[in-house]
Amino acid sequence: MITWEFIIGHLNYWFFIVLMMTGLYIVIAKGNLVKKVVGLNIFQTSVFMFYISIGKVIGGTAPIFPMDMKINNDVVYSNPLPHVLILTAIVVGIATTSLALALIVRIREEYGTIEEDEIFIIEQELDFSNTRSNTDKPIGHF
Amino acid sequence: MSLSISHSDSFSLIEQLPILQILVPFVSAPLIVFIGNRKVAWWIAFIASLISLLIAINLLLLVNDGSIISYHIGGWAPPIGIEYRVDALNAFVLVLITLISSIVVPYAYKSVENEIPEQHHTLFYAAYLLCVTGLMGVVITGDVFNVFVFLEISSLASYVLISLGSHRDKRALTSAFNYLIIGTIGATFFVIGIGLLYMVTGTLNMVDMAELLEGKSSSSTVRSAFAFIVVGVGLKLAIYPLHIWLPKAYTFAPSVITAFLAATATKVAIYILIRFMFTIFRPSFLEELNVLDLVILPLSIAAMIIASLIAVFQKDFKGLLAYSSIAQVGYILLGISLMSERGLTAAIIHIFNHGITKVALFMVAGAYVIKRGGSLLTDLQGAGFTMPWTSTATVIGCLSLIGIPGTAGFISKWILVEAAIENGKWPLAIIIIFSSLLAVIYCWRVIETLYFKNGDSKIIVNEAPLSMLISIWIASLACIYFGFNTDTTISISDLAAKMLYLTSLNSY
Repeated sequence: MITWEFIIGHLNYWFFIVLMMTGLYIVIAKGNLVKKVVGLNIFQTSVFMFYISIGKVIGGTAPIFPMDMKINNDVVYSNPLPHVLILTAIVVGIATTSLALALIVRIREEYGTIEEDEIFIIEQELDFSNTRSNTDKPIGHF
Repeated sequence: MSLSISHSDSFSLIEQLPILQILVPFVSAPLIVFIGNRKVAWWIAFIASLISLLIAINLLLLVNDGSIISYHIGGWAPPIGIEYRVDALNAFVLVLITLISSIVVPYAYKSVENEIPEQHHTLFYAAYLLCVTGLMGVVITGDVFNVFVFLEISSLASYVLISLGSHRDKRALTSAFNYLIIGTIGATFFVIGIGLLYMVTGTLNMVDMAELLEGKSSSSTVRSAFAFIVVGVGLKLAIYPLHIWLPKAYTFAPSVITAFLAATATKVAIYILIRFMFTIFRPSFLEELNVLDLVILPLSIAAMIIASLIAVFQKDFKGLLAYSSIAQVGYILLGISLMSERGLTAAIIHIFNHGITKVALFMVAGAYVIKRGGSLLTDLQGAGFTMPWTSTATVIGCLSLIGIPGTAGFISKWILVEAAIENGKWPLAIIIIFSSLLAVIYCWRVIETLYFKNGDSKIIVNEAPLSMLISIWIASLACIYFGFNTDTTISISDLAAKMLYLTSLNSY
């Protein structure tokens, strides 16, 4: 059933799956918040590559019209739509990453650490002490 | 039932309603940032919400007869161009989102003043409007990739909004971060699913895709696409074992945001699930895979019972409500997994009724935060006497959450029980009632703390600000109103469910 052709023919999927699982593993297994974000990035990038690879048409060239606009119907073009979609997804990914990093900076300011287990201990204490952490900072008008 | 799909290229206002629905809050958000004034920001947010509500009601009236509005963006006809497609289901969810937004913004004024430092107010309202835009975009669009883009707009805005709770409790930061990680994984799974569907069909338009998927249900690509989409959306809507992010995010977010997100964000994710399951994959595919009976049904039952049990032991009022939200999502999924028109009606109507119930309860929690310094149950002791109006609203909200006759919650649970019995699955009816009994227990804990545990012996009435009370009472009265005037909500949900089951949705 699994022949050499099958393995080679699905090469882009193997790469996609390996990268994706690597990223997902880092997100789950690493305790450092920055490493989690890196893992998330690898995970997202694998999906970008998957999209771009499915837009490939065998023998296809870049989907750009010639300068004189004389379109030769024999020329095969790759599918540009997945590329366009991924441009959008990359923008979303960048926004997510920057927001995550900004949150990490704030977490570092408040907790003094970006290690998940240390944060967990601090939060456990807060949960049991039944108080709010920032009650000494009055910001309300009431 | 015949379907009339209206489309024209004229530029009258009524033809442009679908795009205006998105544009009004979307343009208002940067406007707020440019003006940069706190008071003006609030007014812009309020007016944008009201205009959106008017547009949504208008759209609902237009599609109330079972017709479909198809709006072609930039004049590009689908399936090439992006289509906004409004039918009874979208319009109903749009009305829910904009209604909640219009109720929440007046409430936000005092609550935000109390919980968030002044320099962040304008940006708060800008992010809030972006969140509203994203949620409405997800609902209105007829293009699957557009769903992803709008979903991420709303999610990014909601991560920011949740983290703003850090000025009251620093745990808001970590809960926002966790939500970001889980939400992004969910969204990426969703994109993988869309990519697989695109591989099979070569289109992104929902209706076109549904047509091209016909007869391909045995393809493993289509099946794995379905799995990726269900898990991805499941992370966003907090299906029972995927709910870890929700309780903390809801507990530590600013009260306004909790109220808004609890009533809309998970509901919009459920809408995506319904849309993909019934419009794109079609019920026949679901029956073939048997996925609803084998996966969604057990998980929804687990949510209804386990999440309710956890809610009983919560120390924080907001946390209690958050777990109850997970349980209520269980009811909605149960309605979907019954695979009948009646069950779907129950699910859709519960989306609406639970939305207004939860917005009332979370707003009440915010009022306690202002006056009692927190939403822990120990903070609430004796508040029934010092804050009589707020506490009465709490009781009404709790009754609707339990599903006492005369409240909105009763109607949807009644239809759900009816649908379960109609399908011959009467044990489900017993489970629904059992879960409601658990709701009685956790609601009683709240009411007991409010009225029977006197914190101070002296009773000084110290009510929440009037602007907050008005919003709270509008939501509470809506819970009662929709418990008596059931014609509108039932007829619209019924129509929406019928249209989802109609297989002849194949034309533009």
